Amino acid sequence: MTMKQGVAKERADEKLVMDAGDIARALTRIAHEILEHNKGVENLALVGIRTGGVHLAHRLVKRIQSIEGVHVPIGELDITLYRDDLALRKNQPVLRKTSVPFDLTDKVVVLVDDVLFTGRTIRAAMDGLMDLGRPGEIQLAVLVDRGHRQLPIKATYIGKNLPTSREEKVQVLLEEEGEDDRVVIAKP
Amino acid sequence: MTAYGKGDSSSVKPILIKGGQVIDPGRFVGIGDVLIDQGKIAAVGANLPAPAGCPTIQAMGSLVLPGFVDLHVHFREPGFEYKETIQSGSAAAVAGGFTTVCCMPNTNPINDNQAVTEFILERARVAGLANVLPVGAITKGSEGKELAEIGDLRRSGCVAISDDGRPVMNSLVMRRAMEYARAFDLTVVDHCEDLHLAEGGCMNEGLISTELGLPGIPAAAEDVMVARNLSLSELTGARLHLAHISTAGSVRMVREAKARGIRVTAEACPHHFTLTEEVVRGYNTHAKMNPPLRTWDDVHAIKEGLRDGTIDVIATDHAPHATQEKQQDFTEAPFGIVGLETALALTLGLVEEGVLSLEQAVTKLTSAPAVAFGLKKGTLAVGADADVAIVDQHTQWEVDPSKFRSKSRNTPFAGWKIKGQVKTTIVGGRVVFEAGSSER
Amino acid sequence: MSLKRKDLLSLAPLSVDEIKLVLDTADSFKEVTGREIKKVPALRGKTVVNLFFEPSTRTRTSFELAAKRLSADVINFSPSSSSVVKGETLLDTARNIEAMQADIIVLRHSSAGAAETLARGVKSSVINAGDGWHEHPTQALLDLYTIRERGLGFEGLRVAIVGDVSHSRVARSNIYALTKLGAEVRLVGPPTMMPWGVERLGVKVYSNMDEGLCGVNVIMMLRLQLERQGRALFPTIREYARLYGLTAERVKLADSGAIVMHPGPINRGVEIAPDVADSLSSVILDQVANGVAVRMGILYLMSGAG
Repeated sequence: MTMKQGVAKERADEKLVMDAGDIARALTRIAHEILEHNKGVENLALVGIRTGGVHLAHRLVKRIQSIEGVHVPIGELDITLYRDDLALRKNQPVLRKTSVPFDLTDKVVVLVDDVLFTGRTIRAAMDGLMDLGRPGEIQLAVLVDRGHRQLPIKATYIGKNLPTSREEKVQVLLEEEGEDDRVVIAKP
Repeated sequence: MTAYGKGDSSSVKPILIKGGQVIDPGRFVGIGDVLIDQGKIAAVGANLPAPAGCPTIQAMGSLVLPGFVDLHVHFREPGFEYKETIQSGSAAAVAGGFTTVCCMPNTNPINDNQAVTEFILERARVAGLANVLPVGAITKGSEGKELAEIGDLRRSGCVAISDDGRPVMNSLVMRRAMEYARAFDLTVVDHCEDLHLAEGGCMNEGLISTELGLPGIPAAAEDVMVARNLSLSELTGARLHLAHISTAGSVRMVREAKARGIRVTAEACPHHFTLTEEVVRGYNTHAKMNPPLRTWDDVHAIKEGLRDGTIDVIATDHAPHATQEKQQDFTEAPFGIVGLETALALTLGLVEEGVLSLEQAVTKLTSAPAVAFGLKKGTLAVGADADVAIVDQHTQWEVDPSKFRSKSRNTPFAGWKIKGQVKTTIVGGRVVFEAGSSER
Repeated sequence: MSLKRKDLLSLAPLSVDEIKLVLDTADSFKEVTGREIKKVPALRGKTVVNLFFEPSTRTRTSFELAAKRLSADVINFSPSSSSVVKGETLLDTARNIEAMQADIIVLRHSSAGAAETLARGVKSSVINAGDGWHEHPTQALLDLYTIRERGLGFEGLRVAIVGDVSHSRVARSNIYALTKLGAEVRLVGPPTMMPWGVERLGVKVYSNMDEGLCGVNVIMMLRLQLERQGRALFPTIREYARLYGLTAERVKLADSGAIVMHPGPINRGVEIAPDVADSLSSVILDQVANGVAVRMGILYLMSGAG
């Protein structure tokens, strides 16, 4: 099923929250905010958290490139080994590769993820980053902040604030994964 | 010399066993009664008149058989009483229907002298259950070098000689033993295993030993010694009995030797006609014995050998070991399994399979072993010792090692549902076992 | 997808998917071992016990490093091999370890089946680090990883395993794994050192090494245990080295890109010539490096809640 940019048909089992156009505009704004907050690209690096954050990080890097003409270093972080629930799981989750091919020391690292929820993923991501080097500063960019934090973690850059109930499932679906760009709340 | 329990036979009351299916192969086969008096068989026939007040055992629906004769058990006393004693072994024997058992000399000290023989006989007398007849050693200490005092052993009560547990490796020594034994008309029993070929092995050498990474004992280790023993028997004219044969090669050679008139008898154990080396998978130490479990081809050959008479005798090679000994890893665990309390059912399994007729099966457990060692046992002839087994052929039961009368529990048949149970065992005219009693 | 097993005792029952999972997981850990800080908290708070009844510095150190890099607590037990009754020691020691809440026990023992016996008796996960002649699963897995790392696919791969196969747990584990993955496995060695019926495991047997190596992609040399001389298995080391030693000339008989492997420790000049051991086609040191990553992967996959 093909769709024109900005025109999304709502499916029976989903509630549409952001369509492709909303996502694009949010990412553009975040890119500008990152550059404004850090006064340019000096010492800047982006690290996407697998899997959703990685695609979004790549899109942000492209936008920054078209604004400032500079390709900012980008890494991909798998936080599985740093999860706080490994001891409790019967079957260990599948590992994916971490690839951060540059020195983190003294850099301003912007972690990128699709949905910020309890904050545990970000906590794990920070531990993972620390094991890879000593960043000068860590900031956080998320497409959707849906509340219900269980740890004292705050995003620096937010695409959309989305009030939800705990039981709802928020999904960010992206072209890179073969879906039409959209953010939905899946109906139970 | 027989040991038949406390008190002498003349004070034993008569017993009438009524209405059972009596099978005394070659003498009486059919529904009938057996009258026992003064410890001997007084009469066998249909509708026997009974003396007044004679206790009667109702045997309708049961088999009435001569008590079984096991030519090959290990009772571990003296020296290894924690595994089994003559008392507990005898209790296991009568629970399995065995009224006469021949115990091997690999005790500690080895039974290579009169003192140990007399000790065994005395312990058996005190136990007062089965007839326990010692087998004396062939060589001093069973070391295979010098002959034991075979004449003395015979005089004290040994009924055969063997170094079982080990073979006699030196062929010259074996030749001399066979010649010497002829003076006493003693059967020479050999455990056929070439120790060099078997070196370090703990299971049959084959595909499974290759997969499990365990050192194997090739069938050739047995075949080589069977061939040697048959040649020596031919040379010396001795009475040769081959213990626990397990390979197709052994069966073939014994068949051929018998056809040429060589004086050889052979025994096979129930596990060698029931199980194959597959049972070793998972490193199951209850499947570890010597000779080891072999292949389907060997099992078929053993069954065929039983069917056509090549193999005369079924014996158990009852080899008790303590639980912690069998809990060791496979290469360390000792060889052997118990067998007195499962042998009957496994033998009846051959009848159900059609390998043996009921009469043939009974023969293999009674008269044939007696003939092999020249014993006056295994028969219900008038005047014979009153050793009788009353058997329920058809009831199915589950093997529960915790209920064994033996001190040891090392059996691969735990949990098996098999048919054939002993109801009553009589030795020398006294009831020494009744099913359902908890006495050990 | 996960390794739904309490223990890793043998490669024979593992599926192709399970083997691939282990190799893929090892990739992530290879990356970790390349970092400055070679530690991740994945097994934090878990206890790994190395129970080595047979001495082995190499394998034990590899497991120890793997566990420590996963932030686990490691205990090394090396009961004296001259203790009174080996079997009692295994059983009793196992119960003591269980009482210490060991999550994973890595066992090396001289008796085949010891790992299985231990696994039946304890709730902890048991990893077989070598049981007699039976199997050495983690060695074969790191061998597979090393082959894969070199860009060699398994389907149709020609692998020659050379030496004393009868007494080799490394050979058995590799035979099971490689045949499962579709490789063509050849065994090369004197007939006295080939176990009974081994062809039925799906391999080809050669007693002529030149024939056996012709066109192979992987040459896996086994260590000749010099103590075995004098037991009628081979006449002298001199003759063995001449007939079955891997020389540079023999390596040329193999495929041009062939790699040379050895589980170590090597007998230089006996089963492998020094110049071959140090050559570019030798991946022996890679095997050692990969050993830690693969063992980290296995510990990770087996560390799920009980």
